[in-house]
Amino acid sequence: METTKLPPTSPSSPTTSFSVPSAEKVDGFPRRSMRRARQRRSHSSSQFRYQSSQVELTPLPLLKDAPVAELHDLFCKKLQQCCVLFDFLDCVADLKGKEIKRAALNELVESVATSRGVLIEPLYPEAIKMISVNIFRTLPPSENPEFDPEEDEPTLEASWPHLQLVYEFFLRFLESPDFQPSMAKRYVDQKFVLQLLELFDSEDPREREYLKTILHRVYGKLLGLRAYIRKQINNIFLRFIYETEHFNGVAELLEILGSIINGFALPLKAEHKQFLVRVLIPLHTAKSLSIFHAQLAYCVVQFMEKDATVTEYIIRGLLKYWPKTCTQKEVMFLGEIEEILDVIEPSQFIRVQEPLFKQIAACISSPHFQVAERALYFWNNEYILSLIEENCQVILPLVFATLYRVSKEHWNQTIVSLIYNVLKTFMEMNSKLFDDLTASYKVEKQNWSQGVVNFRIRLIYLHGVSCLIKMCRYH
Amino acid sequence: VAEEGGPCSLSKMAGADGDDSLYPIAVLIDELRNEDVQLRLNSIKKLSTIALALGVERTRTELLPFLTDTIYDEDEVLLALAEQLGNFTMLVGGPEYVHCLLPPLESLATVEETVVRDKAVESLRKISQEHSPVDLEVHFEPLVKRLASGDWFTSRTSACGLFSVCYPRVSSTVKAEIRQHFRTLCSDDTPMVRRAAASKLGEFAKVLELDYVKSDIISLFTALASDEQDSVRLLAVEACVSIATLLPQEDLETLVMPTLRQAAEDKSWRVRYMVADKFSELQKAVGPEITKNDLVPAFQNLLKDCEAEVRAAAANKVKEFCENLPEDNREQIIMTHILPCVKELVSDTNQHVKSALASVIMGLSTILGKDNTIEHLLPLFLAQLKDECPEVRLNIISNLDCVNEVIGIRQLSQSLLPAIVELAEDAKWRVRLAIIEYMPLLAGQLGVEFFDEKLNTLCMAWLIDHVYAIREAATCNLMKLVEKFGAEWAQNTIVPKVLGMANDPNYLHRMTTLFCINALSEACGQDITTKQMLPVVLKMSNDQVANVRFNVAKSLQKIGPVLDSNALQTEVKPVLEKLATDTDMDVKYFAQEAISVLALA
Repeated sequence: METTKLPPTSPSSPTTSFSVPSAEKVDGFPRRSMRRARQRRSHSSSQFRYQSSQVELTPLPLLKDAPVAELHDLFCKKLQQCCVLFDFLDCVADLKGKEIKRAALNELVESVATSRGVLIEPLYPEAIKMISVNIFRTLPPSENPEFDPEEDEPTLEASWPHLQLVYEFFLRFLESPDFQPSMAKRYVDQKFVLQLLELFDSEDPREREYLKTILHRVYGKLLGLRAYIRKQINNIFLRFIYETEHFNGVAELLEILGSIINGFALPLKAEHKQFLVRVLIPLHTAKSLSIFHAQLAYCVVQFMEKDATVTEYIIRGLLKYWPKTCTQKEVMFLGEIEEILDVIEPSQFIRVQEPLFKQIAACISSPHFQVAERALYFWNNEYILSLIEENCQVILPLVFATLYRVSKEHWNQTIVSLIYNVLKTFMEMNSKLFDDLTASYKVEKQNWSQGVVNFRIRLIYLHGVSCLIKMCRYH
Repeated sequence: VAEEGGPCSLSKMAGADGDDSLYPIAVLIDELRNEDVQLRLNSIKKLSTIALALGVERTRTELLPFLTDTIYDEDEVLLALAEQLGNFTMLVGGPEYVHCLLPPLESLATVEETVVRDKAVESLRKISQEHSPVDLEVHFEPLVKRLASGDWFTSRTSACGLFSVCYPRVSSTVKAEIRQHFRTLCSDDTPMVRRAAASKLGEFAKVLELDYVKSDIISLFTALASDEQDSVRLLAVEACVSIATLLPQEDLETLVMPTLRQAAEDKSWRVRYMVADKFSELQKAVGPEITKNDLVPAFQNLLKDCEAEVRAAAANKVKEFCENLPEDNREQIIMTHILPCVKELVSDTNQHVKSALASVIMGLSTILGKDNTIEHLLPLFLAQLKDECPEVRLNIISNLDCVNEVIGIRQLSQSLLPAIVELAEDAKWRVRLAIIEYMPLLAGQLGVEFFDEKLNTLCMAWLIDHVYAIREAATCNLMKLVEKFGAEWAQNTIVPKVLGMANDPNYLHRMTTLFCINALSEACGQDITTKQMLPVVLKMSNDQVANVRFNVAKSLQKIGPVLDSNALQTEVKPVLEKLATDTDMDVKYFAQEAISVLALA
C-alpha cells in the first residue's frame, strides 16, 4: 500500500510545471521519497491451512469435577478436543470454539502439572498426537525476505494464544514426576524430533524459547535420541553455513549444545571433535554471526575446558576465518580470543602464539579504532599479560614494529595512548630486548627509505630462468 | 633483508643463466608461495602462463605435485586453482595425460567451501570429456567411486555431479556400479547429500538407458519426492521435468503423475512454489492430455494457494500456461477454469501477486481474441490500472502493446490517463523513470492530438525533476517523440518551452536546455537548429556558472555537424575562441576540444 503522497509544491507536478521556485534549489536528494513505513502484518500463521471441515466444539465437564474413575477418559477427550485447529488470522472467527479450546488446554496444563497419577500409558499417544497436530506445521514464508533479526521486528505467530498453551503442556508433560521415558520413547521418536528441530526456524522468539527448553528436556530424558539429535543439529548448522545462511534458531540450538558439551565424557570422542572443527568453527563465517556469537563462543570455550588439546584447532580455525572486511565481526573475534586466552593452558599458548600475535598485530594497526582498541585491551588482562611476559622473546619481535609504527601514525588519540602503555609494559618486561628492537627498527626503516627493498626484485631479474627451475625443485 | 626466505638461494645462481625472458615467470612462481593472499591469487590466475613456460613434462612432474600440496590454502586461492585446472589439458600434454589433473581436483572436490567444490566438480566434468574411454575407467571412474564413498558429506555431494559425465562412456559392468553408487547416495544419511543427488537426478536420468530409467530412476524419484525434508522434495520437482520428457506418454500416468500430483499438494509451500515455478516446463513434458485432466485443476489450486509466494509464482505462469494449452479447447478451458481464478487474483491482498499477474495478464488478449478481451479482460485491466500499488499499474502499462494489437489502446485511454499521471508523479524516482520509458510507445499508440492535450505537460515537467536520472530520461524521451511526430511538431510544441528554460534562475535547468538541444538538434534538422537553437546556446556562453559555459562548448561540438559552415565560421568559432580563454580550466578544455573536433582552428 503506497501511502506517501507528493507534497503539493512538488516541482515535478504539472500544476507548477514552469513556475520554477525563485530560490536556486539544487538539492538533488529531497526527502520526498522517504522510506515508507513497512506495511506488514506482524502476525502470520500457517496453522489453519489444511483443515477441511470445521467441527463445532462443545464444552466438556471440568477435570477437577470428574470422578476418579472417569478422569482419564475425560482427559483423553480433552486432548482430542484440542486437536481442532482454529484460524487466528481471522480474529473474530469462531470465538466460542477458541475459548473452549483455550480453557481445555489450561486445564490440561494445570492437571499435568499438579495432580499425580494422571499420566497413564494410554494417554501418551493421545498427548503426543495433540502436541504434533498443533505445533508441527510448515513455517510460513518470511514476510520480509531480507529479515534482519537485529533491525526488524519478527513476525509473530498469530495462533500463539493456543500454541503457547500447547508448548506449556508439552513442557509440563516432560517435567512431570510421572513421566516415563520408556513409554514416551515409542511416540517421541526420531521423526518427531526432526520436526521439532525444524520449528527452531520460527521467526517468533517466544516459540523458540519454548522449543529450547523442551528440546533440552527431551535430550535429558530420552537417552536413545541423543546421538540423533546431535546429528540433526549438525545437519541444520551445515546447511546454514554452506547452503542457505538462514536459520532463525541458531542461537537457541547453540545454547542447548553448550550444556551438552559440558556433559561430554573424556576423552572426547572423534565425533565431538569433528563437530568442533567442521561445524562450530566454520559457524564463525556466517554473516549473521552477531546474533549467536555469545552462545557460539561459550560452546568453544566449553570444548577447551573439557580438553585442552583442542586449543590449537580452535585458534588456527579462528585465524583461518578471520574477518577481512567486517570490522564489527573482527571485534567479536577478538572478544572470543580473549575468552579463550582467559582459560588457555600455557603449554597450548606456546603452540599458537606466533600466528596469533601476527593477527593481533594486524588488528592493532587497523584504521578502525574499535578493532585496535579491542586488541590492545588484551594487555589489561592479567592472565594474558602473564602469558605474554613468559613468552616475551617470541611475542615482542612479532608486534614491535607494528606498535612502534602505529604509535606514530594512528589518527585516534585513545589508541596512541593505549599503545604507549603497551610499549611501556614491554620495556619494563625486557628492556634489553626492547632496546635492541628499537635500534634494529630504526636501521631497517632507514634502509627501507634507501630503496633496498628493490634488492630482491633486481636479483630475481638477473637470474630469471635459473631461479625458476630451482624453485620447482625446491619442493 | 626481510624476504630472504625466498624459494632458492638466488645468489648462488648468479651468472648461471642470462635469459631475461623468463623473468616474469620467475616472479609468478615466487608469488605462488608469497605470504600475501592477493599475490598468490594473482599468480594462480596466471597459472597457464607458468605451465606454458615450464613445458608439459615439468608441468606434470613438478608443477602439479606442488599445486596438490597447496590445497591447504585460502578458499579464494583454491577457487582460482580449481577453475584453472579445468583448462589445463593441453598444458599437461593433451588427452593422453589429462588424468594427471585428477589428484589436485579430487582434493579440491572434498573441501568444505561450496564454491570451491562446485568449481572443482565443474572442472572435473570438463576434463572427463577429454579422457579416452580406457582412461575414464582406469582413472576417472575410481575417483568418482572414492568420492562417493567418502567419510565426510562434502566428497559425496561432489560425487553426485560426476556420474552423468562418465556413465555414457564406460562398460556395462562399470555402468552397473555407477547406478548402484547413485542409488546409495539418493538414500544417504545426510540431507546435504540427498539434496545434491536430487538435483542431479534429472541429468543422470538423461544418460541412462530407458529400461533403467523405468526401473531405477523412478523409484529414486518417488523416494526423493517423499523425503522427510522439504528441501529435498522440492528438488525432485525439477527432476520431474527431465524424467517426464524421457518416458513414453503411456508410462507417464503410472510412473510420474502420482508423485507430481502429490507434489502439487505438498504440505510445504516451498514444494508447491517449485511446482508453480516449473509449471510451463512440466506442462510441456507431460503433454496435452495429462495437462487437460490433471494440470488444469492443479494450476487452479496453485492460483488459489494459501501462501502468497505460491500464488505469485503461479500468476507469473498464467500466460505461458494458457498459450501452451491444446488449441482445440484452449478457449473453453481458459474461460471456465482459469479466468475465474485470474479475476480473484486481480484483487489479491498481496501486491507481489497482483504485480506478477499484471506483468502477464495483457498477454491473454491475443489468445482470447477481441470479443472476449473486451468483455472479460478489459474490466480486469482497468481494475489493475487503478491498483493502489504502482508496480501493478506500471506492469499493465508496460505491456500495453499486446492489447493494442487486439482491441486498440483507445478502449483504455480513459483509465490510462489518470494512471499515467499518477505514476508520473510517484514519489519513487524509479517508478517515474519507468513510466517515462513507455512514453514514446504510448504517444505512438494514442496519437499526437491526445498526446498534446494530455501528456505533453508531463513530459515537460520531468525536465525539471529533482533527480538527474529523470531529467536525463526526459531529454531522451523528447528526442524519441520528435522522431515520431516530426520536426514541425517539435518547433511548435517543444522547442519554445525548452529554449525558455535557458533563462531559468536554476543553473541545472539551464543546463537541461543544453542537454535537450544536444538530443534534439539532429531530429529537428538544420533549419530549426541554426535559427532557433544556436542563438540561445551562444547567448549562454556568457553564463556566470562555469558548468553551463563548458556545457555550451560541449553542445556546440555536438550540434556543429548539423550546422552549415557559414554559421560555424561566423558564429560558433568566435564564441569557442572566447571560451578557450576562459578563466575556468574545464571551460577552456572543452572549448579547445570542440575547436579541434569541429576543425575550426
